[in-house]
Amino acid sequence: MTRFLEMGGYAWYVWMAYGAVAAVVVAETIALKRRGRRALATARMVQQAAEAGGDSLQMIESKGTR
Amino acid sequence: MKPRARRFAWIGAGLVAVVAASALILNAFRSNLVFFFTPSQVYAHEAPQSRTFRIGGLVQQGSLERVPGTLTVHFKVTDTAATVPVTYTGLLPDLFKEGKGVVAQGTMGPDGAFHATQVLAKHDANYMPPEAQAAIDAAHGHAGAMSMPSLHEARAQ
Amino acid sequence: MIINWFRYASPVSFYPLAGRLARVFGVLAAALALIGLWIGLVAAPTDATQGDAYRIIFIHVPTAWMAMIVYVAMAFWSALALGLNARLSAMMAQALAPTGALMAALALWSGAFWGRPTWGTYWAWDARMTSTLILLFLYLGVIALRQSIDDPRRADRASAVLSLVGVVNVPIIYFSVQWWNTLHQGSSISLTAAPKMAMIMLTGLLFMTAAAWCYCIAASLTRVRAIILERERSSGWVASLIGIGTPP
Repeated sequence: MTRFLEMGGYAWYVWMAYGAVAAVVVAETIALKRRGRRALATARMVQQAAEAGGDSLQMIESKGTR
Repeated sequence: MKPRARRFAWIGAGLVAVVAASALILNAFRSNLVFFFTPSQVYAHEAPQSRTFRIGGLVQQGSLERVPGTLTVHFKVTDTAATVPVTYTGLLPDLFKEGKGVVAQGTMGPDGAFHATQVLAKHDANYMPPEAQAAIDAAHGHAGAMSMPSLHEARAQ
Repeated sequence: MIINWFRYASPVSFYPLAGRLARVFGVLAAALALIGLWIGLVAAPTDATQGDAYRIIFIHVPTAWMAMIVYVAMAFWSALALGLNARLSAMMAQALAPTGALMAALALWSGAFWGRPTWGTYWAWDARMTSTLILLFLYLGVIALRQSIDDPRRADRASAVLSLVGVVNVPIIYFSVQWWNTLHQGSSISLTAAPKMAMIMLTGLLFMTAAAWCYCIAASLTRVRAIILERERSSGWVASLIGIGTPP
């Protein structure tokens, strides 16, 4: 196991490269999940406000994310 | 023409214009995008005379000499047609080897030698386990057969 | 079997389809990456010249390829968006840009950490590396341009034009190692010649490349779903999607 992690003396380079890919994949996946949830929540607010009436809709529209 | 077809025609024309423009620019800058000069180009005076430039080629077999007690090395860079002697003081990259590719940055000295301030290894795009490499070397009769395909391709063009 | 492809040109029917496809490609990406990582880090032998540093190839080459392929895909959807005035095409282009930018950044990053132990430097201004850096800046430019324009349809058109202009950079990256003397080596794999790699190394690289393809598809489809919701949230079909109001 230690020999595997040492990567023949190139541990710093190999794991910096692989670590960055892992970090990016995890971060993008989390960010996408969050963005999807937020988009759904905002859409729900907008739609509920539209049912309730015009004034509150405009308020939410201006607050919501693009 | 329908509006849709006209839009596509404009997009196509725009793309053609951009491609043509970049082709012209790239052609004009062709020599300036050169990362290194080959020894032949150096002797043909295509490389800068007084400025810093990079020289690239293969480290000639048997040309590497270390000055004892210092980090100074002498070696020869060859493209098989011409050869330039190089002097360098400093650490060499792991992949620096006789018969392998090298790119050195520096200036031509009055002594006809290239005085390098940085030496980089240029490796080829072949990957194989050590046993396979050993078998190939045995078949060729000597270790580290000269191989720098991209250099030969570049010269052929 | 006849499929009406134009049915999926509308966000209404594309939204659920994208969700199903994203899940499939996400699972595929994870499975392929596990096999590819096992081959690349464990099963494949060390390289004769570069030692274990060569193992960076299994992430460097797939991310570099995806950086170029995602850009071409983005330019393709941009051309469709401009030509057909199709909003879903524009949303696809918008969804691809961040993933492409990440791929370009990862290719540069992993390349730096591969270059240092092999060439002796993290970075050199040779044609391959410089043109890849330009690719990253193009992605960032496309993203920034969209952010700077409030009207979504105008933002679509502006970023589509920039994407199309930038597509000339892709063949420059690809052929840079042939056109100019570069520090970067040529291709190990090409369509016209036998691969210059041992079989098991090549297999690992192919698995990782397939994983990168699937990951980029899954990420872009997930993002395009969020974009569709963000941009169409006031429409009737979104109302029926989240179970509010009468179906259209």
